Order: sequence, then structure tokens, then C-alpha cells
Amino acid sequence: MQTTITGKAYVLGDNIDTDQIIPAQYLTFNPSIPEEYKQFGKYALSSVPPSQAGLPKGHVPFHTDDEFVSPYKIVVAGKNFGCGSSREHAPIALDAAGIEAVVAEFYARIFYRNSVNGGYLIPLECVERLCERVCTGDELRLDVVAHTLHNITTGERYELKPLGEVAPILEAGGIFPFARKSGMLKV
Amino acid sequence: MTPMTLTEKILAQHAGRDAVGPGDNIWVDVDVLMTHDVCGPGTIGVFKQHFGKDAKVWDREKVVIVPDHYIFTADKMANRNVDVLREFVREQGLPYYYDVGTDQYKGVCHIALPEEGHTRPGEVLFGTDSHTCTAGAFGEFATGIGNTDAGFILGTGKLWVKVPPTMRFVFHGQLPPYLMAKDLILAVIGDIGCDGATYRAMEFDGDGVYALNIEERMTLCNMVIEAGGKNGIIAPDKVTLDYVNARNKHAKTYTMVHTDPGAKFIHEKVYDVTKLQPVVAKPHSPDNRAAVGEVRGTKLDRAYIGSCTGGKLTDFRAAAKILKDKSVKIDTFVVPATSEVASGLKSEKIGGQTLEEVFLSAGAKVGPPSCAACLGGPSDTFGRLNQPLSCISTTNRNFPGRMGHKEARVYLASPLTVAASALNGVITDPREYLE
Ligand code: SF4
Repeated sequence: MQTTITGKAYVLGDNIDTDQIIPAQYLTFNPSIPEEYKQFGKYALSSVPPSQAGLPKGHVPFHTDDEFVSPYKIVVAGKNFGCGSSREHAPIALDAAGIEAVVAEFYARIFYRNSVNGGYLIPLECVERLCERVCTGDELRLDVVAHTLHNITTGERYELKPLGEVAPILEAGGIFPFARKSGMLKV
Repeated sequence: MTPMTLTEKILAQHAGRDAVGPGDNIWVDVDVLMTHDVCGPGTIGVFKQHFGKDAKVWDREKVVIVPDHYIFTADKMANRNVDVLREFVREQGLPYYYDVGTDQYKGVCHIALPEEGHTRPGEVLFGTDSHTCTAGAFGEFATGIGNTDAGFILGTGKLWVKVPPTMRFVFHGQLPPYLMAKDLILAVIGDIGCDGATYRAMEFDGDGVYALNIEERMTLCNMVIEAGGKNGIIAPDKVTLDYVNARNKHAKTYTMVHTDPGAKFIHEKVYDVTKLQPVVAKPHSPDNRAAVGEVRGTKLDRAYIGSCTGGKLTDFRAAAKILKDKSVKIDTFVVPATSEVASGLKSEKIGGQTLEEVFLSAGAKVGPPSCAACLGGPSDTFGRLNQPLSCISTTNRNFPGRMGHKEARVYLASPLTVAASALNGVITDPREYLE
């Protein structure tokens, strides 16, 4: 697990569901094939309605149509991020697009679990509502261990919630390495 | 001993503990793992990556694979994914696979599971699909997971879970003829919001619930995920056992589990079903509830009756009651969830006509069993919203883009309300067509 992450913010609102993160028509790619894994990056966040994409202004593309990787590194969002389906393709799409962490008020359960167990990205929870404080394009520095977020562009510092019981799984790199380390898995 | 809820008791038993409480992280033994064509290939990939190319699944009797999502399409990748499932089933010798193009083919997994005898009280079922919670209607713990978790289960038969606190919803009274389970669950989701049950179990109870048939109970549990719930659950009764025992062709044993008297709920709400109204969920969220009366007259382009939540025989019986001897005003798509439901449409009659004849003579189109346009899918999918249309649908989600076009507007409603609206081309109260 990376303990500090520095990069640009991409800001979204509440209830960003898995159909907006990766629309169903692209689920035919098989994430266990590396060539196809990359494709998810290209379609990540492609169903977010334009007015809601890249807040506060909206209409900020996550990347241009033919790019696989986005210039943004950290997604900042509101409530219930990742609600909807159980598709692991959702954290995979964000990971493939270059997103290393999400900072949201709270997550839908399966998205959170998939992010942690698959080791795709670090899902952090904010204390105050940051999707109305941070602007798309702001340069952020995230300290995962100290659970703080520094907005380099505005000079503001925000407190985040500690990772808690999932920290050891994220540190190990996902549920498989975690289970091996703890002796639960012998292969 | 501290009294436990139904969900807590099942999880404790599967963790080999006397007791568990909300918030405990435990490893549980899995009774059934289900996967399908969308998440199966990724799950198989994870399994092989971590357990080796020649690894065998932990228990062949406990794995069920149901291709259902992208079935009747020319999309090459979608068809390739079904080939991946087929190859895995062959190599592992898995007995429970319901292949496309054979008479084993079923259709939507959450309805296929109970029909084929894979849901039983007291068990733990995980599936790579968020609506796996449907099976809570059989008194078991059932929830959706991702590929990594499913790959882990394939190799070990275990998974870690955090025990959820339970919310209890009690329904009293006899459901009036113009209401269905869909109206009840949309009322609950409207009340608590689409994150109101995040990390929680939702237990349904009361004479109003036990008066429902098993398919209607499945509709209730199916949509707990739309409130963020981890699982929905209804304690087993005679209705459950009659269904389960009639389908238990693999002669598996099971244990009935009930909530202990005095168990703690984190939230409790009581409804009198006779006081509820037919409702819709407006675009673009399942918690955006409105009474049909408030949105009556809203113009529609299309109606859709299908999916795991709205494509069962009970749903089609209700729709046919309204459509009999009438004609729809807008494009109306009928998609049975499974092949068994599809044959029910051909055999069950009302007033001398089969259900299918009722739909066809009303001007609706009837498609083959699968998930079809419930989640959009490839562009040639039956009923898919390829344009920014307004659609009223018996499905469970109306997030932007869910049924295809990202500017399409989807209203969720009961089969009665959808059928009545199809007749008028605008949102219509089913009471207009019921004596
Ligand atoms: S019918 Fe719809 S909700 Fe049900 S499993 Fe298929 S896609 Fe999911």
C-alpha cells in the first residue's frame, strides 16, 4: 500500500453508482486478461451525466475519449460511492484509469469490499463533506497513515477517518496476500 | 446467552461460534457459491491466478454457474465469456451448470437458484451479483460479492464477513388487490433512502409478509441492495418449506433458523399494508419515490416487464389481469426471468387465453428468458433503451444509463402499475383497471 499519494483531484457528487463508474455494455471485457483490464480505464466514469462530471462546474471529462489513463489520481466524492451492482469491474476501472485513492463520505458495501479485497485502490472516508470543498483539478496530497488530506492548491488541510480494521488487508495488498500472511491460506 | 437475530444466528453457526454480534469480523463456511457470465470469467481468472492452473474448486457440489446476462446477442466478447464458463465447468466437472442453447438453460440466476433447488433455509449463499440477496426469502443469509472474494471462495470455501446489525420491517394486514410486494419495498426504500441500510441486514416480518407467496417475498428481498442492505431475510414458514422441499432434487439437508425473542434491532418500523398506495421510483434513483397519484399522466415511450424482481410468474399473472382483452399504447416488452417462467406463460390461462396470448394480443413483444434490458447490455439486447426514452419498468434500478442510454428516464413500479401505464401511454394508477 502506498502511504502517501500526490496528484490531481476529480470531484463527483452523491450516489455515484457502478453503472456510472463502468457502464454494463463494457462488462464483456475479462479483467483477468491484462490487455482487457486496460480497456476498463478507457470507459471509467463514462456514464456520469456531463453536468455532474468534474464538480463544481461539471462538464470536465475524466479523460479524452481515446485515452486509457486519466490525468487525475484521487477521486473526491459525496455519499454512498459505488452503490448498485457487485461488479468488481468498478474499482478495476478506476484503478486501470490511474486512480489510487477515493475519498468519499461513505461507500456502498460491496464496492468498498471489492476495493480492499482486490487491493485496487484505497477507499478513505472524510469527516466533513469534501466534495463541496475540493475542486476538480486541485493538487492534493493524501497521507494514508496519518489519515489527512492536504489541498496544496488552496492550502487547506482536512481530517479523514482512520482505515480501521481493513488497514491490514490493504497493507498486505488484498485478501489473498492477507490470508497468506495470517496463515489462513497455505497456497 | 444474548439473543441473536436470524442473520446473526446463521453467521454464528457458519463460523463455528456460539454467538456473534454486529461488527464482529468472522470467517464463515460457504454453502453455495453462484456466479454468472458477467463475473464468472473474472472469478475464474482470480481462482487460477492464486491457486494454480490445475487447481480444483473446494467442493463441486457447492458451485452453481448460471449464464444469464448477455445471452441472446451477436456480441463476440459476450459469447466468448460463456465459452470461458463452459470450459471451466468441463475441466472441473461441475454438476450445476445451466448452459445456453441446451434444455438445461434457465435464465436469470436469482430465479434459477430456487427453481433448481439451490436455496435452503439456514444456509450461507454468496453470489457474484448484488441481487443475490433475493435468496434471503428462503430464510438464508445471501449476499453479493466481487470476483476476488468469489475466487477466494472457489479455492477455500470460506470468506470473511463483518456481521451486520439488523433492521426489522414489520408488515401487518392483508395486501389490497392493487398493491404488490414491489410497492412495499419501494415504500421502504423511499423511507430509508438508497443508503439507509448500508452495512445492515433487513429482516421482514409480520402477517403481511407471511401472507405473501414465495415469489413476492423474493421481490422484497431482491431490492434490499437498493437501500444499500447487505442481506434481506424472511424467517422460513410452511410456504418456504413447501417450495424448498418440492425443489430439493439433490436431497440436501438444512436447518431452520429463527430470530430469538428479545434479539436487538438497530431500527424497527411497522407498516399497515392496507394504508399504502401504489408507488413508482422516479428517475434516477430507486429511493426517489412518488405515489402514482402524484405522477399520474407523466408521458411514457415504453413499458418493460421482466428481470429477477419483476419477471416471475406472479408478476406476469398480475400484468395479464390488467392487459386482458386490451391494447397497449406504447412499446411494451415482456421478458420472463427463466425458461420455467416462459413455459408458465404458455401453459397458464386466464379466461381461455394463455398469459402469452394475452400479452401478444395486447400488442406486447415477448422475448426469451434472460436479464435482457434490465441492465442495458450490448446494443442489440431485447428492449434496450438505445435512445433517451422514458420507460416504466418492473426492474430494480433506474440509475443513469442502467437500461442503456444515459439520458433515458426509467420509472420503477409494480407489474400492475406498469401494465396499466402501458395501456394509457402515461403513468396510470392500476386501480383504474381493477374492479
Ligand atoms: S435481471 Fe437485472 S437485476 Fe436481475 S440479475 Fe439480471 S441484470 Fe441483475
